[in-house]
Amino acid sequence: MAVTETIAPKEKRGWLKWLLVAIPFAWLLVFFLIPFFNVFKMSFSTRARAMPPYKPVLDFADGIAGLWAQLQLFTPANYWTLISQSKYWQSYLSSVQIALISTVLILIVAYPIAYGMARAPRQWRSILVMLVILPFWTSFLIRVYAWIGILGNEGLLNGFLLWTGLIDQPLTILTTNWAVYIGIVYSYLPFMVLPLYATLEKMDETLLEAAADLGCPPTQAFWKITFPLSLPGVVAGCFLVFIPITGEFVIPELLGGSGTMMIGKQLWYEFFNNRNWPLASAVAVVLLLILVVPIVLFQNHQQAAEAGK
Amino acid sequence: MRYGQSWFNTTSVALGFAFLYAPIVILVIYSFNDSKLVTVWGGFSTRWYSALLQDQAMLDAAWITLRLAFVSATIATVLGTLAAITMVRFGRFLGRTVFSGMIYAPLVMPDVITGLSLLLLFVSLDLDRGFWTVTLAHVTLTMCFVAVVVQSRLVVFDRSLEEAALDLGCPPFKTFFVITLPLILPGVIAGWMLAFTLSLDDLVIASFTTGPGATTLPMKIFSQVKFGVTPEINAISTILIAIIAVGVLVASLFGKRREVERQKAERLAAQQG
Repeated sequence: MAVTETIAPKEKRGWLKWLLVAIPFAWLLVFFLIPFFNVFKMSFSTRARAMPPYKPVLDFADGIAGLWAQLQLFTPANYWTLISQSKYWQSYLSSVQIALISTVLILIVAYPIAYGMARAPRQWRSILVMLVILPFWTSFLIRVYAWIGILGNEGLLNGFLLWTGLIDQPLTILTTNWAVYIGIVYSYLPFMVLPLYATLEKMDETLLEAAADLGCPPTQAFWKITFPLSLPGVVAGCFLVFIPITGEFVIPELLGGSGTMMIGKQLWYEFFNNRNWPLASAVAVVLLLILVVPIVLFQNHQQAAEAGK
Repeated sequence: MRYGQSWFNTTSVALGFAFLYAPIVILVIYSFNDSKLVTVWGGFSTRWYSALLQDQAMLDAAWITLRLAFVSATIATVLGTLAAITMVRFGRFLGRTVFSGMIYAPLVMPDVITGLSLLLLFVSLDLDRGFWTVTLAHVTLTMCFVAVVVQSRLVVFDRSLEEAALDLGCPPFKTFFVITLPLILPGVIAGWMLAFTLSLDDLVIASFTTGPGATTLPMKIFSQVKFGVTPEINAISTILIAIIAVGVLVASLFGKRREVERQKAERLAAQQG
C-alpha cells in the first residue's frame, strides 16, 4: 500500500469531503428526521375546524408569551383516545400479530425457493435472481389488485375448486384475514428470498460434503450446518418484511374486510376520512414507538453486514 | 455436486415462480377479455385498451406519474450516490450513526408514517402541495434505495485506480467523473431504475403529499379499484408491466454485455501483462 504518497491528495480533498457529506445528510435531516418531531408535536395538538385542521402550532410569531399560551393548549388527549378506545389498541395488537404470522409464513415459503435457487446450476442463478426481482419491479398495487380477481367469490380460485368438485359452495376468501395473509406473503416474498439466497449462495458446500462423509444424514446436516449458516439472511429478511407489514395499508384495504384491523388502515382513515390530523399523528407516534426496537436492530444488523463486507 | 439439483429443489423453485407469476399472467390474459365481468371469459378483445386511450383523466395521471418518476429518480440518484460515497469512503465521522440510520430507516419505515410526517412538514413550511411536494417526498424515500445499491458496488471497487489518478495530478472532480463514476455506473443505473419504479409505484406517500391537480396513476387506479374492479385497470396494468419488463430486460442485457466485455478485457490485460 502506497500510504505515504496518498496522504497529500486526500488532505487536499478535505473541503470537498465535507461538502459531499453535507448534501445528502442535510437532505435527510430536513426531509426525514425533522418531520418526525413535527408529527410528535402535532400529536399533542387538538383538532380544529380549519384548514389545516388543527391547533395549536408551535409558532414563534407571537413571541414568548404567545408560545407559552400555545404550549398550555398541548394535551395528551389523543393518547388517551388510543388507550381508551378499544379499536385503536386492538388494531395495534392485530397489526403486530398479522406481521408476526406473515413473517413466519414468508420465511417458510421463501426458504425452499432461495435454497433451490442457490443450488441451481451456476449459469442459471443470475437469471433466477432476475426473475425474483422482476415482479417486485412491477407495480405493487397492481399485483395486490390481481388477487381480487383470483380470490373473489366468483373468482378464479373458487371457479377452479368448484370445477374440480373439491367444494360445492364458493369459499369466502376475499374480505377475510386469509386474503390479507395471501396478499402479504405474495407481495413481500422477494424481500425474503433475496437475502436468503445471498447467504445460501455464498455457503461453502464442502462443509455439507464433509458432514455426509462423516455419516450425517441430509436433514440433520441441514439443521446443523445450512440453517445456522443462513441465519444472517433469515434475520435480514425477517426485518425487511416485519417492519413494513406492521404499518401496511394497501393490502388490508384491498383484500381484507371490515374485520381486518390494521393500524396503517386506521391511521389512513383518521387522516383522510375523519380529517383528524392530531389523532392520526398520535397513531403514527405509537406505531413508531412499537417499531423503534426492530428498526434499531435492523440498522445495527445492516451496519454489521456492511462492516463484514 | 452431490447437493446440486434434486427434485425437491427444482419443484420448490418452480412452485415459487408459479406463485410469483400466476397473478401477473392472469391479469395480462384478462386484459384482453371482451366480457365486462373480470372473471368470465367473453372472447378476445382489445376494447379495454381503446377505452383506456379515451380516458383523458387516466392518461393525464399516467403522464404526471412518468414525469414525477423521472425527475425524482434523477435527483435521488445524485443524492443517493453521494450518500453511498459518504458511507463507504469517509469511514468514521461525527454523526455517522445518525447518517446511516437515516439511510437505512426509510427502507423499512411504513409508508403511512413517512407520508404523514412529510405532509406535516410541507404544511408547516406552507408549501403548495402538488407535483413538487410529491417529488421531494419520493426523492427522500428513493435516495436511500439508490444509496444501498450504489454502496454495494462501491465496496468491491478497487481504490488504487482512483489513487493512481490523484497521484498523477488529476483533480478530484475529474477523477470522480473519469474513473469512479464509469466504474460504479452499473450500480448507479440500477439505482436510478429502482428509484424510478418505486416512484411509479408509490400510492401511500403520494396520497399524503399531493395536492389538487397532481393525481398520480396509482392514486387513480386505487380509487377505481375501490369503486369496483374495472377491466380497464387490467389493460393499464398490462401496459405498465410490459414497459417495466422490457426496460429491465434491456438494462440487464446491457449490463451483462458490459460485464462480459470487461471480463474479456481483464483477461487480455492479464495475458499481456
